[in-house]
Amino acid sequence: MSATLATVSYIGATILFILSLGGLSNPETSRRGNIYGIIGMIIAVLATVAGPNVTASGYPWIIGAMVVGATVGLYAARIVKMTQMPELVALMHSLVGIAAVLVGFANYIDPAAAGMFKGAEKTIHELEIYIGVLIGAVTFSGSLIAFGKLSAKISGKPMLLPGRHWLNLAGLLVVLWFGAQFINTHSVSEGMLPLIVMTVIALLFGVHMVMAIGGADMPVVVSMLNSYSGWAAAATGFMLNNDLLIVTGALVGSSGAILSYIMCRAMNRHFIAVIAGGFGTEGGTPAAAGGGAQAAGEVAPILAAETAELLREAKNVIIVPGYGMAVAQAQHTVYEITKHLREKGVNVRFGIHPVAGRMPGHMNVLLAEAKVPYDIVFEMDELNEDFPDTDAAIVIGANDIVNPAAQDDPTSPIAGMPVLEVWKAKTSIVMKRSMASGYAGVDNPLFYKENNRMLFGDAKKMLDEVLVALKS
Amino acid sequence: MPQIIGVSKETAAGEKRVATVPEVVEKLIKLGFKVVVQSGAGDLANFSDDTYRAAGAEIVDTAAKLWNTSDIVFKVRGPSTEEVGLMREGGTLVSFIWPAQNPELLKQLAAKKATVLAMDSVPRVSRAQKLDALSSMANIAGYRAVIEAAHHFGRFFTGQITAAGKVPPAKVFVIGAGVAGLAAIGTASGLGAIVRANDTRPEVGDQVKSLGGEFVTVDYQEEGTGVGGYAKVMSEGFLRAQAEVFAKQAKEVDIIITTALIPGKPAPKLITADMVKSMKPGSVIVDMAAEQGGNCELTEPHQVAVKHGVTLIGYSDLPSRLSKQSSTLYATNLFRLTEELCKTKDGIIDVNMEDEVIRGTTVVKEGSVTWPPPAPKLSAAAPAAAKPAAVVSAAKKGHGHGKAGAPASAKSMTIMFAVAAVLFWFIGANAPAAFLNHFTVFVLACFVGYMVVWNVTPALHTPLMSVTNAISSIIAIGALVQVAPPLAAAAGVDRPEVWILGLAVVGVALTSINMFGGFAVTQRMLQMFRK
Repeated sequence: MSATLATVSYIGATILFILSLGGLSNPETSRRGNIYGIIGMIIAVLATVAGPNVTASGYPWIIGAMVVGATVGLYAARIVKMTQMPELVALMHSLVGIAAVLVGFANYIDPAAAGMFKGAEKTIHELEIYIGVLIGAVTFSGSLIAFGKLSAKISGKPMLLPGRHWLNLAGLLVVLWFGAQFINTHSVSEGMLPLIVMTVIALLFGVHMVMAIGGADMPVVVSMLNSYSGWAAAATGFMLNNDLLIVTGALVGSSGAILSYIMCRAMNRHFIAVIAGGFGTEGGTPAAAGGGAQAAGEVAPILAAETAELLREAKNVIIVPGYGMAVAQAQHTVYEITKHLREKGVNVRFGIHPVAGRMPGHMNVLLAEAKVPYDIVFEMDELNEDFPDTDAAIVIGANDIVNPAAQDDPTSPIAGMPVLEVWKAKTSIVMKRSMASGYAGVDNPLFYKENNRMLFGDAKKMLDEVLVALKS
Repeated sequence: MPQIIGVSKETAAGEKRVATVPEVVEKLIKLGFKVVVQSGAGDLANFSDDTYRAAGAEIVDTAAKLWNTSDIVFKVRGPSTEEVGLMREGGTLVSFIWPAQNPELLKQLAAKKATVLAMDSVPRVSRAQKLDALSSMANIAGYRAVIEAAHHFGRFFTGQITAAGKVPPAKVFVIGAGVAGLAAIGTASGLGAIVRANDTRPEVGDQVKSLGGEFVTVDYQEEGTGVGGYAKVMSEGFLRAQAEVFAKQAKEVDIIITTALIPGKPAPKLITADMVKSMKPGSVIVDMAAEQGGNCELTEPHQVAVKHGVTLIGYSDLPSRLSKQSSTLYATNLFRLTEELCKTKDGIIDVNMEDEVIRGTTVVKEGSVTWPPPAPKLSAAAPAAAKPAAVVSAAKKGHGHGKAGAPASAKSMTIMFAVAAVLFWFIGANAPAAFLNHFTVFVLACFVGYMVVWNVTPALHTPLMSVTNAISSIIAIGALVQVAPPLAAAAGVDRPEVWILGLAVVGVALTSINMFGGFAVTQRMLQMFRK
């Protein structure tokens, strides 16, 4: 295959990738979108392998490596539980990161690649390697930590080193200084030291950055790392003079950036503030003082049988799921209850807060897994006005996203965050294991409202009881 | 010494409204004024003298006495020549005036050294909404138009299936979706009719839909919004396209309600005699623009006529036909104006010409004509502001995140552009040409990504992440080309083959996990999304 033919194939692949993302605008077209992505990837890989840059001697290696990778990947995709999607995605981001690092190093030590450049072009090329490896390394270690946090292998609490902003700044200065060194070197062996030092610092920075971010901010972190993995691919594309990589990387990068932005807006927080980390500790102290006093009052518990009674008499029900539903794996029972109520003519809908769960769209995936039809699943903005006409609002394992303090209490750390106004329903029922506060560490005045009932216990177990009571 | 507000009995034939109702009298007294009411002023609107007296007003017998005692006179219709004659020198008058149509009246009032506030000249800004009497009257007129149509129409509005047979729903076509048009749409759809509406201003389409109507568009590109949110005169090509749409509707619908007015111009003739002929016998046309010449060629102003089997209603006094309601709303509008005039609440008005709203409303100030006022500062927001809150239900928010939220402030936009400009200059000045090619591709791709991703529905954000993750394993290509490149270019140079091969193969293997796993898991997820 000639170089021009390979380039044309790349253009085809680019278009398919764009169509792939475009297809996701609607569940109807999304499957087709994924197929476009697969075809695009096949075209890109085949065009590369058959193209002028790969000789026949490499085929066994390539096939071997891809078979190994494919086996692992397909196996992981098959066994992963839908509740574990955030972990899987985080882990996969780390692979893109490490690949960017490997490609960068390989490119740097390859004299065939470096020999083509002179003068300013050489400087730029080296800069591209440096940046590509930097982003790749941050993505890699950051994603690994995010994976650890999401799978509860590492505590979800933010780890805050003293003077952490200064540490980051110092790291940045060192990276810049070694960057200058790296560009001014004349041989590969001279440049190796700055490159390796920078890689180590970048890895540490990735770890440090994600360690400092609390569990509730994970949707932002995951989408941010998604973005980084795209920028890493784009940087590699610059390094290799490959437009396909640049375009694809930019697509992925901007996609992740937009997701991060949407998530931040859903929490009414600035991106910088999330990255700087420490939510739930800095804000926690004033909250305990201000919120604690205000929220004092009686909570009214309710039994599963009474909940069933209430649901049976309701006409309009809105269910608000949160991370607790994912943890308890309760989505299937939720669907059983929904199905039962809908057969009885109750209008059951789901209200999804943009940051419910641990990654963007997490709740939608879980409900889809349980076969909840997507046309009764609504976004916060779509049904927030309907709560006053709702007979029962059921909150399953969610806390901060239904906290009225976000609207009423300007001193609350989550003040201004858009929330689902469940307290405006005639009755709200909150399922929770205990009275502990959510990730933001803020007490929730909702629990003490007169029209609110608490259903204590494991969400799955309680919902099962509700279902039994409903059917009897 | 508090000023005296006088409420005169309307003298125009058939006018049943009264400028102030007992409830508002109480409020005016609380503002510090004294109120006198001409005997019998409220009779036709079902407010007796006794109710006024109970509210604290003083009743006077004759118009002459009322005009003589009052510092400020409240009226509905503009004064007749006799009434101007009765008016006290230097007094104040608040009523509808229509200064553009009545220049003579303005001169007479100016000669009396009067101060006149015209309720039809209230500027259309959001702050003045509460005293916008035109809107409150138009709202009532729109409602009444439907009631009149129903009265003359021989069938139900709503479709019914009864033991005695099936009744199809009436079809109503409303031309002009201003306040009156919207009220008519809301009323007609409330009665169960199928309602369609047309307006030259495309932005009112959502308001029509929010009231249960269907927006019929004219397939011709022209922006129909004039100054102050009112309609403007349209081009000939548009009018032809519009006439086709109307002719088609005329054949289909049972009732047409026209409300099309252009400020200061005769009403546009929209319904031709041929269209009337094409309508089904027993159909009804309510021409709410009858007083300004009518939207229908065959309308006879102020009365009902039957032509070609179609009932043409040309009443120009629709609000007056609902006199109790319109008096109450008009009185409240006047009260709000009084509040604006008397911010000190001491019973003395202050016609403050610095105030945009009062300036616009005042057409004569102490004997000098101040109409027309300088152009309003704000116009675009007015059509929305003119919606009567009572009949317009809040439009539902759009789906999804749609666009990138509120536009950034001008300041941050400027900073962003400045930073971008400096950055681009730096790159342009230093980078070699080959780099710039790639850079172009990169920047454009970022924008494509930006545009595409905003359209992704939030429900699919997780699949979006996993598919972008799978796509980002395109980085495999970087590793692939390093596995076994053609070495002609670097022949003779010492190349650490093993290292490169090792790194590249590991890279390929790792990205393959991502590639296959990512697409597979996305597919698995997307399979689950079903209706």
